[in-house]
Amino acid sequence: MGVGIQVTNLNAWYGTNHTLLDINLHIPANQATALIGPSGCGKSTFVRCLNRMHETNPIAKVSGSVQIGEVDIYADASPVEIRRRIGMVFQRPNPFPTMSIYDNVASGLRLNGFRNRRVLDETVERSLKHAALWDEVKNDLKKKSGASLSGGQQQRLCIARALAVDPEVLLMDEPASALDPVSTAKIEDLIFQLKSQYTIVIVTHNMQQAARVAERTGFFLNGKLVEFDSTHKIFTNPGDKRTEDYITGRFG
Amino acid sequence: MNFKIQDVRVPAPSDAPLHASPDALSVALPAGSGEPSAIRKFLLGRGSSAMADKGFGWLMLLCAFSIFGIVALIATELILRSQMTISKFGLKFFFDSAWDPVNGNFGALPFVYGTLMSSLVALVIAVPLAVGVSIFITEMCPGFLRGPLSFLTELLAAIPSVVYGLWAVFILVPLLREHVDPILMRVLGWSGLFVAPDFGVHMLSAGVILSIMILPIISSLTREVMTSVPHSQREAVLALGATRWEMIRMGVLRNARIGIVGSIILGLGRALGETIAVTMVIGNNPQIVKNLLAPGYSMASVIANEFSEASDDMYRSALIEIGLALFIVTIIVNALARILVWAVTRGAPARVA
Repeated sequence: MGVGIQVTNLNAWYGTNHTLLDINLHIPANQATALIGPSGCGKSTFVRCLNRMHETNPIAKVSGSVQIGEVDIYADASPVEIRRRIGMVFQRPNPFPTMSIYDNVASGLRLNGFRNRRVLDETVERSLKHAALWDEVKNDLKKKSGASLSGGQQQRLCIARALAVDPEVLLMDEPASALDPVSTAKIEDLIFQLKSQYTIVIVTHNMQQAARVAERTGFFLNGKLVEFDSTHKIFTNPGDKRTEDYITGRFG
Repeated sequence: MNFKIQDVRVPAPSDAPLHASPDALSVALPAGSGEPSAIRKFLLGRGSSAMADKGFGWLMLLCAFSIFGIVALIATELILRSQMTISKFGLKFFFDSAWDPVNGNFGALPFVYGTLMSSLVALVIAVPLAVGVSIFITEMCPGFLRGPLSFLTELLAAIPSVVYGLWAVFILVPLLREHVDPILMRVLGWSGLFVAPDFGVHMLSAGVILSIMILPIISSLTREVMTSVPHSQREAVLALGATRWEMIRMGVLRNARIGIVGSIILGLGRALGETIAVTMVIGNNPQIVKNLLAPGYSMASVIANEFSEASDDMYRSALIEIGLALFIVTIIVNALARILVWAVTRGAPARVA
């Protein structure tokens, strides 16, 4: 089961560039939350602050608090502990090219010293089934490398890899933007099915995608959260003129 | 406001704003009647350039084949000039450990052993050091230190080997003899690799000086390979909850391993052929002993040392055959390394997404 995320006064910088300004929002548990906005608006930075990936850049800085479940991730825990509980899927599929499909999915567990073969086998199968990839790869799990799959399959492999460690939150940074429409539809179906069990935060450039998969949608502009509401409200009756302009395609 | 979700879901392509206006197009491409533009006339008059392209192709082919030519010339020359010993001793030349020019007995085994052993010692020392340096520079080094540090490692490669040899004779050899060897004898003496008597000039000092000489090659290439591992691979591992070491192991070293093996091969290539620095510290005694603190001799050293005093044709032929052997050993080592790389890459392609 997923947990909710409470973000309070979150600010982020890259060098002297203030990329996030006073973000406050609550992301509910076991729902999909979409973040939309034009390029450079800070939505990617925002999700990267949720698992402390932002600070892996040496010039990056962050302040404020992010409470995931009971844990204030910037005060109570180390980045490593946080990232074990939060799965992340990136814009470009990044499977490990030197590992087999099986090893790719098992990598998170193995990394943390998990060695039980039977449980690993079960977890790999379950994760690949969750990621709707099992039927396509079950015959060459250990024969084929993660890089030998197609782009869409690679991305589902990355989702399976993230799911294998049973995260409480799944962050997706434009997971379908490098994929063709068929693969995109598969990823969206997947998000639809996964959100009952995980808290999903998805950054997307594609407003239709947000409308299709998310219960709630946030609109970012120039590092500020302009509006955060139910997806239906955002797309049918936005409260802010800028949101309305963006979703009707008048800019961005 | 009466937006519907449907409006957003299916935007008709024709609704997309046309960014390039008709006016802008007409400026770029003057259409209509009259003379063709100067640019078009120029391009039409250029012809197919087929001849030039073909000539270029042949020239490049020539360059490529010159490599075969050079290798073939070296090999035939070495074989021809060493005919005397080849016909007299045959293959026994490489398995005989007696080297007695006075009585006309020539066996190359001590030199083959010396070359391989000193190179092995060099790799054992240099590889971990080089990989460590590369990891530090690419993954952990604060920005202001990165430039100077990589510059310094590369500078090591620019020092002439005779300078290394001098330094080894005056600094390294006494240092080893006074401070390092006694410790090795005490701690690892049981292995039989470090046994007295110790004169300072021995297999180990040759290995150490070689390791310093091949360090920059291995580390600069390893660094290059590690830098070329995409950032997304590092992020993938970090996002799974990896510590920094785990990220380096899984995200960087694993992806870079084939390139690292390649850089080790290049380092080994230099170690096998290195002549003058080794000659100055290896002790120049053709013997095969396990003890690394005993003097040895390498293939390159014996050629450099004895060629000028090789008085008769048989002696000279023997030295040239050692040159041939060095040539062959280098080829075999490279072939083995290729097979290793092939074996590693077979399961998983080196391609990184």
